[in-house]
Amino acid sequence: MRIGVTVFPGSNCDRDALHAIERAGAEPVELWHADADLKGVDAVVVPGGFSYGDYLRPGAIARFAKVMAPLEEFANSGGPVLGVCNGFQVLTEAHLLSGALLRNSNMRFICDRVAVRVENVDTPWTSLFEPGHELTLPVAHNEGNYFADERTLAQLDDEGRVVLRYLENPNGSANDIAGICNEGRNVVGLMPHPERASDPLLGSGEGLKVFESVLQYVGTRA
Amino acid sequence: MKVRVLVRPKSGILDPQGEAVRRALPALGFEGVKTVHIGRLVEMEVESPEEVEGMCRRLLANPTVEEYEWEVVR
Repeated sequence: MRIGVTVFPGSNCDRDALHAIERAGAEPVELWHADADLKGVDAVVVPGGFSYGDYLRPGAIARFAKVMAPLEEFANSGGPVLGVCNGFQVLTEAHLLSGALLRNSNMRFICDRVAVRVENVDTPWTSLFEPGHELTLPVAHNEGNYFADERTLAQLDDEGRVVLRYLENPNGSANDIAGICNEGRNVVGLMPHPERASDPLLGSGEGLKVFESVLQYVGTRA
Repeated sequence: MKVRVLVRPKSGILDPQGEAVRRALPALGFEGVKTVHIGRLVEMEVESPEEVEGMCRRLLANPTVEEYEWEVVR
């Protein structure tokens, strides 16, 4: 089982993601932004950071990196893709996930640990959690304020596509949304960082389950 | 040909940056500022102005949350 991690100029959670994937028991594979293919991986993580310096808008430039074309194809054909933080922003910019991430309502960069609830366990990235499970994950973002129009928000709720919700909203996100998935449920975007909570040495290993979930998912499909 | 593109948050979209500036102005003695909205100005030299619309839609603005207008500058 091989899980890829895209690396853009300015990505800074790629190593953490690679480490988490290895701990979960898969082979981590770096996918350079200028690569034209996904090296045959079974799942892809778009990591956090400040790709291309967050110039223009977070994720706006990364979205057109060379590696994004095969990634979009992979996502559209049902391949499991996880975007974390800046990765979530990249996936909304690429229209693989709906909505957008705006500046935090308090105008501050938020670096904290927040309590979240798993709302949807029917995705490749959350399948090992119990529905409604509450856990604490690190957040570190300036643009984490999830926005979508009323119709889209209603659709996300009706279709059970909110994956994670904050117990206490840190950034002004609509409906306390911390993570969502696409219609096919194979593409997930999260503002909190499971990879930074994937080793007890880092304070918590709870986030590892996200990577173990995708391992099991791909394993049972193979 | 010089082109000037103005990108700003759609009306009704929370603009915390504008709000922070609005609250800062009275501290400098500028009273009576009711609203502040902050956008982005992009100046470009282009060969084909007919491509600007596509540039706005696909990259310079995010139509989910931003609106844009552009003009050729003489």
